[in-house]
Amino acid sequence: MSFVVIKLVSQRIALGLLLLLAATVLIFIGTQILPGDVAQSILGQSATPEALANLRRDLGLNEPALNRYFSWLGNALQGDLGTALTNGKDIAESISGRLQNTLFLAACAAVVSIPLAIFLGLLAVRYRNRWPDKMISAITLATISVPEFILGYIVMYFVAVKLQWLPSVAIVRPDMSVFDRFEAVAMPVIVLTFVVLAHMMRMTRAAILNVMESAYIETAELKGLSAFRIIASHAMPNAISPIVNVVMLNLAYLVVGVVVVEVVFVYPGMGQYLVDHVSKRDVPVVQATGLIFAAVYILLNTTADIIAILANPRLRHPK
Amino acid sequence: MSISKTKSTRMSRRAFLGYTSALSFAAVLGQVHPVQAAEPVKGGHFVLGLKGGESTNSLDPALSASQVPFNILRGWGESLLNVAPDGGLEYRLAESVEATDDGQSWHFTIRSGVKFHNGETMTAQDVLKTMERHSNEDSKSGALGIMRGIESMSVEGSVFTVNLTTASSDLPYLLADYHLVIQPNGGMDDPTAGIGTGPYKITENEPGARHGFEKFADYWDDSRGHYDTYEIIVINDDTARAAALQSGQVNAINIVSPKTAKLFGRAPGISIETTSGRGHYVFVMHVDTPPFDNKDLRLALKYAVNREEMVEKVLNGYGAVGNDTPINDAYPLFDETIPQRQFDLDKAREHYAASGHDGSPIVLRVSDAAFAGALDAAALFQQSAQAAGIPLEIKREPADGYWSEVWNKQPFAASYWGGRAVQDQMYTTAYLSTADWNDTRFKNADFDDLLLQARAELDENKRKDVYGQMGRLLNEEGGLINPMFNQFIDGVSAKVAGWEANPNAEMMDGFIASKTWFE
Repeated sequence: MSFVVIKLVSQRIALGLLLLLAATVLIFIGTQILPGDVAQSILGQSATPEALANLRRDLGLNEPALNRYFSWLGNALQGDLGTALTNGKDIAESISGRLQNTLFLAACAAVVSIPLAIFLGLLAVRYRNRWPDKMISAITLATISVPEFILGYIVMYFVAVKLQWLPSVAIVRPDMSVFDRFEAVAMPVIVLTFVVLAHMMRMTRAAILNVMESAYIETAELKGLSAFRIIASHAMPNAISPIVNVVMLNLAYLVVGVVVVEVVFVYPGMGQYLVDHVSKRDVPVVQATGLIFAAVYILLNTTADIIAILANPRLRHPK
Repeated sequence: MSISKTKSTRMSRRAFLGYTSALSFAAVLGQVHPVQAAEPVKGGHFVLGLKGGESTNSLDPALSASQVPFNILRGWGESLLNVAPDGGLEYRLAESVEATDDGQSWHFTIRSGVKFHNGETMTAQDVLKTMERHSNEDSKSGALGIMRGIESMSVEGSVFTVNLTTASSDLPYLLADYHLVIQPNGGMDDPTAGIGTGPYKITENEPGARHGFEKFADYWDDSRGHYDTYEIIVINDDTARAAALQSGQVNAINIVSPKTAKLFGRAPGISIETTSGRGHYVFVMHVDTPPFDNKDLRLALKYAVNREEMVEKVLNGYGAVGNDTPINDAYPLFDETIPQRQFDLDKAREHYAASGHDGSPIVLRVSDAAFAGALDAAALFQQSAQAAGIPLEIKREPADGYWSEVWNKQPFAASYWGGRAVQDQMYTTAYLSTADWNDTRFKNADFDDLLLQARAELDENKRKDVYGQMGRLLNEEGGLINPMFNQFIDGVSAKVAGWEANPNAEMMDGFIASKTWFE
């Protein structure tokens, strides 16, 4: 029994690694087919033919693509992500600060939004088709439907400009205390919570409602258990795997997809870092960030799969 | 060789050009500026919220191209000279300049006792190395183009000498370029070290996020650098930048959107500073590519632009109409007698008919990457052209890669020019037959001759006359449609004192942190 679990889990992990390898190929191809080259983009309007030729040679852009792929992959496996072509900074060093910021923001948003979403989901099931359910759905669907930057502007206008409670610029400094950091990320966290809440809440509601139709729930009801207890401790465990899947998807989004919120609140995270380097054709950085994003995505999804396998005995015996 | 000498820390262009005259010293004395009304207050932490920074930015002065790197350079670095707000020259690391009569050899006496942030003393040797780094063939410097005419450079004691291949009376202006900040050993060892002689030392460098500075204790000039510390926060989003100023998190911002500037200026504690500069929003035609090789077609298009309307609608009034040359009255020696081209549909129709164009669509390529509001400007242009029967078609291009794939490649496209310090530099950069960025493919032997003639001409009136002829030539023959000059629109907190309008660039030519103080 436990051997089956270990086998399934290791299969998942191996599959994840394979997927990551495939992702590196895609990332590399993607960076090769971007129009224009890095030298042209670095120099922009002030490019002269001589300066272009000099820069291209210095950057090693004349090497064949296959050589560059393998040397990049080899170095990346040893933790060496290279140096940025544009500003000569060490990529691993630049990324580590930004990645920490991104993970910090994602973690804060997750800590607020996941329990809130699940709680609201349970509440919606408890009062399904009555006014609390409808209100929860209406509000969360409204916030997910408004584009993130507008939500950002609205929150910024009221909270930062009018009331002046929180800073509109979520800049973090290395010497900041933990409390100051929480204050700095408060506004982006509010916006991100609005953005991810509906998806997780609706999934929790739907998954639990699905289970609520089962006969054993009726048994629990007949035993005279309270409605909330039935939902939380009898229905919820059987609905865990779709919920975990959606939670992981949203976590992945919080790590890799929050560039708009980063820009609006001037938060120095990974998203803006990636976009800047894509527009400058800074290939090593794009590859490195792409690799990290792919790894995060695959890691979270593999985790979701593993939790689902552990939570649901039926999945341990695939036909 | 006869040398006459002028010496001052501050002199006007007119006085400067009098270097061959025995009266030059008197002219300098006549140019004393009124002392600032209020004495600057020292101290405080100043915060700038700026657009135009990316996480790809480098501290290497040679690679500086957007607003944030420009403002950073102004903090930690210094050039030999600055162009003053009135178009004159201010001596910074150069103490004085002398030239030979023929304008071919220039001698810069380097200020003594100036210290770099690493404690070393700045010498003429460092100046030479800096200029060499920016001008050698391997250079990637944005200033490479202006270093072209240099034949040789040398140092003797504290004098740095430049010998030119042809005479240029504007060389000091060229060496005032913001890329040319003096670095220890010219930055040959580590161009990204961020060590210079500026009023502030760079203490933190997180490209695309924030840059921290502190006052350099050994700075040589007491009249600059009043804050203890300052920082630049990169805020590329227009609304976020405005909100940061309104909520008091930053003390000044650049590039206020013209659409909101009027409303924004009414907010308490904020003033909107508009400065007419030399930047212009343009459409460029390649005069060597059909159908734009036809002068009548070019004129038809030029007459079909409603300039007033564009200034009103695209710039919301924050600008002035252009006259199909890159030059306006912000330049010294501007010829104001060149007649302004008016919006004239009849003339447009006439020239269009004379061009014999076959009626196929004339494709104009546009993106908002060219300038803010380029799509709107193109739409206005299309409407007025249509009224004259000209089939203008707009092709929207992606912002990403616009400067590398569309501009200077496609025969008709929107573009932006920031302008240069002097007419010679502007024309040399983009209108001389051999120019690197000749984005209109304008190759006119008469024009080239006039430019060289003006360069060697030391009599101001004669030069102005020659520039006037060049302006008329370009206005009539050129491939440049210049509907408007934009303004720099900066937002400044009322706490900040010492603001002065400077047409050279935004944010007081980047000197806001050096020249302002808290009230």
